Amino acid sequence: MTAMSDAQIWLTIVLLGIGTFLIRFSFLGLIGDRDLPEWVLRYLRYTPVAVLPALIAPLVVWPEATGGQPDPARLGAAAVTALVGYFTKNVLLAICCGGITLYGMIYGLGA
Amino acid sequence: MTHRSYYWMGVRHGAPFLLVVAPFGALFGVVGTEAGLNLAQVMGFSFLVIAGASQFAAVQLLTENAPVLIVLATALAVNLRMAMYSASLTPYLGKSPLWQRALAAYFLVDQSYAVGINRFEDHPEMTVSQRMAYLFGVITPICPNWYVATLAGALLGQSIPPEYALDFAIPITFLALVAPALRSAAHIAAAGVSVVMALLLAGLPYNAGMLVAALVAMVTGAQVELLLKRRAP
Repeated sequence: MTAMSDAQIWLTIVLLGIGTFLIRFSFLGLIGDRDLPEWVLRYLRYTPVAVLPALIAPLVVWPEATGGQPDPARLGAAAVTALVGYFTKNVLLAICCGGITLYGMIYGLGA
Repeated sequence: MTHRSYYWMGVRHGAPFLLVVAPFGALFGVVGTEAGLNLAQVMGFSFLVIAGASQFAAVQLLTENAPVLIVLATALAVNLRMAMYSASLTPYLGKSPLWQRALAAYFLVDQSYAVGINRFEDHPEMTVSQRMAYLFGVITPICPNWYVATLAGALLGQSIPPEYALDFAIPITFLALVAPALRSAAHIAAAGVSVVMALLLAGLPYNAGMLVAALVAMVTGAQVELLLKRRAP
């Protein structure tokens, strides 16, 4: 339980909301319709494949649900999702195959 | 295709992410309530901040009675990756009216970004207003349900039992989005560096490992692209 006052909690929420909005609005708002130089665009092209794997890699290898221990079911599901997604380019199919692998390994194999 | 049909295409592409948003939002409602926040405060988090990971980090620190400045610094560091999202969407959305960009920025969550950028990269022929229509379509099933799920979690006070392994919905959905985006050797190199660096630096505080890994991976992708271009005749 937090011992903070209601005012302190609201202050935190409002400032965090404003700060998060400013982070999201930063480039969209300030640069807007000005053209970005080619070298900047070259970096930006790799944003999704640079940020999202870094976001999920620790969750795949050290899942909180298993107390941070690597888990065959989760590693298997991650591998299947990535392979199906890469070869079929079908996001939904990849999610389904990953989910089936996860539950199959947890409940089918008891892994 | 009309704008309306782009909007509905976005809705269809965003819909599967309900699977992630609903349990995660409900969990935030439960955790926030258990931490001693009242209903208005829990909902205030989900409405004003609308960024799951940072909300969890902030509530965790609030229960530890950390100073407000530390709570803000930590939670904002968790959200810094969104500056990279904002930059990467600017070439696609920068020419739209300011109010639309501001609204899109408010709703710029991991899922809407990942689905949107995939589409924009694959279909460069889309106009700016078609992209906005598509993006708001993607947002429609994701963001309002973040509020609804938070409310449900806060009111019902029960999260989904761990046997359902829903913790893994997030990694699976992101993997499914990233894998099709690996369209060149440079993309694969960037993703590989991103994974290795994130694991090596996972111990760093304030989410710094993730941010450093992402920056190094972006540089890797750009440099590999240049290298391959120079080699090509």
